[in-house]
Amino acid sequence: MTNTETLQVTTPSEREIAMTRVFDAPRGLVFDAWTKPELLKRWLGVRNGWSLAVCEVDLGVGGAYRFVWRGPDGAEMGMGGVYREIVAPERLVSTEKFDDPWYPGEALDTIVLVEENGKTTATTTVLYESQEIRDAVLESGMARGVGESYDVLAELLASAGS
Amino acid sequence: MQPKGYEQLAPDRLDSTFAALADPTRRAILARLASGQASVTELAKPFGMSQPAISKHLKVLERAGLISRGRDAQRRPSRLEATPLAEATAWLEGYRRFWEDSFQNLDALLDELKTEPSKRGRTKR
Repeated sequence: MTNTETLQVTTPSEREIAMTRVFDAPRGLVFDAWTKPELLKRWLGVRNGWSLAVCEVDLGVGGAYRFVWRGPDGAEMGMGGVYREIVAPERLVSTEKFDDPWYPGEALDTIVLVEENGKTTATTTVLYESQEIRDAVLESGMARGVGESYDVLAELLASAGS
Repeated sequence: MQPKGYEQLAPDRLDSTFAALADPTRRAILARLASGQASVTELAKPFGMSQPAISKHLKVLERAGLISRGRDAQRRPSRLEATPLAEATAWLEGYRRFWEDSFQNLDALLDELKTEPSKRGRTKR
């Protein structure tokens, strides 16, 4: 891995989970990468044999987007939503709903891009419909551990394996 | 967004594992136990906590299957059980990897876009 930027996960409110990451590029580029299908297909969830096979973006308030990933074994994962707010190149708000939902209801994604000295800090916040749902997402594995204890756990696990 | 492939893990077990891991003292206890089993007395000392307080944490960890307690009535040494921790870590690692891998792709893409401005398209800074 050449990249040294770290991914930070926090819980800014009782219904939210946020991720923060710094990119070495002006935010116009980051915004493009997040909103243009030909660019999204190059990076979002493209890993371990998975590709972003369907990527449709109608970038306007009320416009829809749809993503479908395909895995090496023919597995598929689809999700989509509607854009609620678009302030290029600094803010993008959209709903998200998975075809095969792993949490109830719909969530609201907010991506905020802040540029400083040519670098862009991207904060993506997911707002769930209730604290119960947010907590269920957290407890099903995500942020507390990711944010605070992941490194400790990794070390722990390495030493516990012996 | 959620990467595919985690739903096969037992959710109840993960819940109790993550609830147990949410407390910094309990994570520190696990870190201590990773270097070998220890009694309540041995754990209480370095943490500057009372034995009942440590016992309470150990109960949570035991219920989550993260540790087991020895039968020796006097010491009842605690030892780390690696499997639930491995499952929990695998889940977290999966989630984190989804985004880290994605963002690393994005790093590379942005580098490319910076050197080839023609690919940027219409959006202005």
